Amino acid sequence: MSSPGLLPSAKIAPPPREIEREPLVLNNRSLGWISDQIAGIIEGKTPTWWWVTMFISFPLMVMCFAMIGYLISTGVGVWGLNHPIAWGWAIVNFVFWIGIGHAGTLISAVLFLLRQKWRTSINRAAEAMTIFAVMCAGIFPMIHVGRIWFAWWLFPLPNANGPIWPQFRSPLLWDVFAVSTYFTVSFLFWYMGLIPDLATIRDRCKGFFSKFAYGLFSLGWTGSNRHWSNYEKAYLLLAGLSTPLVLSVHSIVSFDFAVSQLPGWHTTIFPPYFVAGAIFSGFGMVLTLMIPLRSLFKLHDLLTIRHIELMCKVTLATGSIVGYAYGMEFFIAWYGGNPYEAYAFQNRAFGPYWWAYWIMISCNVITPQFFWFKKLRTNVVIVWILSIFVNIGMWFERFVIVVTSLHRDYIPANWGYYSPSKVDVLTFVGTFGLFMVLFLLFIRFLPLIAISEVKGVTNHADPHHPLGGAKGGHH
Amino acid sequence: MINNIQTYGLLAEFNTPADAMHAAEKVRDAGYSRWDVHTPFPIHGMDDAMGLKNSKAGWFSFFGGATGFTCGYLMVWFMNSFDYPIVVGGKPLMSPMYPFPVVYEMTILLAAFGAIFGMLFLNRLPRLYHPLLKNCRFKGATHDKFYVIIETADPRYSESETRELLESAGCKHMEMVED
Repeated sequence: MSSPGLLPSAKIAPPPREIEREPLVLNNRSLGWISDQIAGIIEGKTPTWWWVTMFISFPLMVMCFAMIGYLISTGVGVWGLNHPIAWGWAIVNFVFWIGIGHAGTLISAVLFLLRQKWRTSINRAAEAMTIFAVMCAGIFPMIHVGRIWFAWWLFPLPNANGPIWPQFRSPLLWDVFAVSTYFTVSFLFWYMGLIPDLATIRDRCKGFFSKFAYGLFSLGWTGSNRHWSNYEKAYLLLAGLSTPLVLSVHSIVSFDFAVSQLPGWHTTIFPPYFVAGAIFSGFGMVLTLMIPLRSLFKLHDLLTIRHIELMCKVTLATGSIVGYAYGMEFFIAWYGGNPYEAYAFQNRAFGPYWWAYWIMISCNVITPQFFWFKKLRTNVVIVWILSIFVNIGMWFERFVIVVTSLHRDYIPANWGYYSPSKVDVLTFVGTFGLFMVLFLLFIRFLPLIAISEVKGVTNHADPHHPLGGAKGGHH
Repeated sequence: MINNIQTYGLLAEFNTPADAMHAAEKVRDAGYSRWDVHTPFPIHGMDDAMGLKNSKAGWFSFFGGATGFTCGYLMVWFMNSFDYPIVVGGKPLMSPMYPFPVVYEMTILLAAFGAIFGMLFLNRLPRLYHPLLKNCRFKGATHDKFYVIIETADPRYSESETRELLESAGCKHMEMVED
């Protein structure tokens, strides 16, 4: 409890019990217990539920690839696109998945800079979720271009067509850079965090092959403090770089819409509104994934009710920002005095797609408000059910933005109605299979909680705490 | 000790971060230079206890970011206004504004490369062979034990004095590590 600069005789009274924070690891678990518990998940037998989920997810993933193959071999006509709705589920799904991918980096970077130590129990799984969600997202812009064998034209690669280069004034090209940078940096950040934990598993595992694989990927990590010093600096830098990155990625995704001239898309509120929505949906997905994992792997001491409550509070805050943005969009549509803009928004709420709009409002504006109540925040079943509603609501938000803005163009001759085809639906459902397959492999072979980081936030790790070996006032 | 086996250093095990930190302070004050502390997680204050300077990883990141920024603008200028100029909406061929999102992302990408690969370079990783990794006892360094290792190559190293120093720091278990 004393700090290094104090005189040996100085004594600080511990804070009163009622303002002491709940510990991040319950029951005063020891350092060894933390590695045993988390590495034990990898070392133990594969649970039955894992196989059951895999047997459901794997065929879904195969179906996703089959649908993509059908799309490529036949053409975009297999989707429900028409004139004027040329952007359908592909873009909706892209924005949906990339939004989910925002929680991981937010937790690992922004909460790190804000010194929110509770992030250590959830950051690893959330970062993995980010990477897999961005993979699912990345599929859609690739396949929606129609002639996908020309998708490489999106990248500034030398080609034999004379000097022809991508056109950098297009927000779609900004998106290519934003998403690929986001994936690369998130992946490296995740891998860097894994290095010490892979070393932990390397030093425990018995099999020849696993020893080789964990040994190779842990890069020969020895936990040297000279290494930790550089490692922590690099971690801080990456957190500092990922924070503007995560905010820029969904801003740039929103530019895909906001930079166009279309009423309903052409709004300056889009970047902050998209970022808040992305974090909202990402935390929804983290809750959806972590609550079952917590009970299946008996992680109650590491992933405490306090963690779940804090995640609910972030969901509440971002959900309320999203709700405010919905209101502000409507206000500006009226106050701005542009009849096309006003019509686009009236049509959104009361036109042929009213049902999508009101699903969005009920899931995204009303659902998070339940998190004001501690009783509900601490009930994991209710939190889990509400988190599903958040996921549904955020998918509908993107559907509302993409489809309702397109389906009624300026003149009634250009009005239409969009319904997805079977291929659309099966491709999207298939991406959940892909996501789950990757996530299941992750929890089977990699530590799903950052072992070294959780150890670092316990009292056992604090050299100034009695549990960390501090001896009274004279150390 | 069998003399024909080369030794790498003296490994001292500690049970708590506080013990390891006090030992590190003692080793630092005794003036050793080729030594290290191995811990399962970074210990706050250990850099001072070891007398380490601020990490240089920031420089790698800075130069990465500067390269990304410069290359980003050069790339867009070359592609859109030099090698294949296209006039869009009568606007100037080059402006600092429209390529900014791309340049911004490239700055972050290369700065992140600088941070990670710079860290690996400074740590001389990957290094898949290390004398300590052969030592069975050392496996605790990624679990729940704390180690101070003083290399035999250190000019101040002497079998008896180094042992005494580590014993006075409260070390309960000590052993020589083969090279």
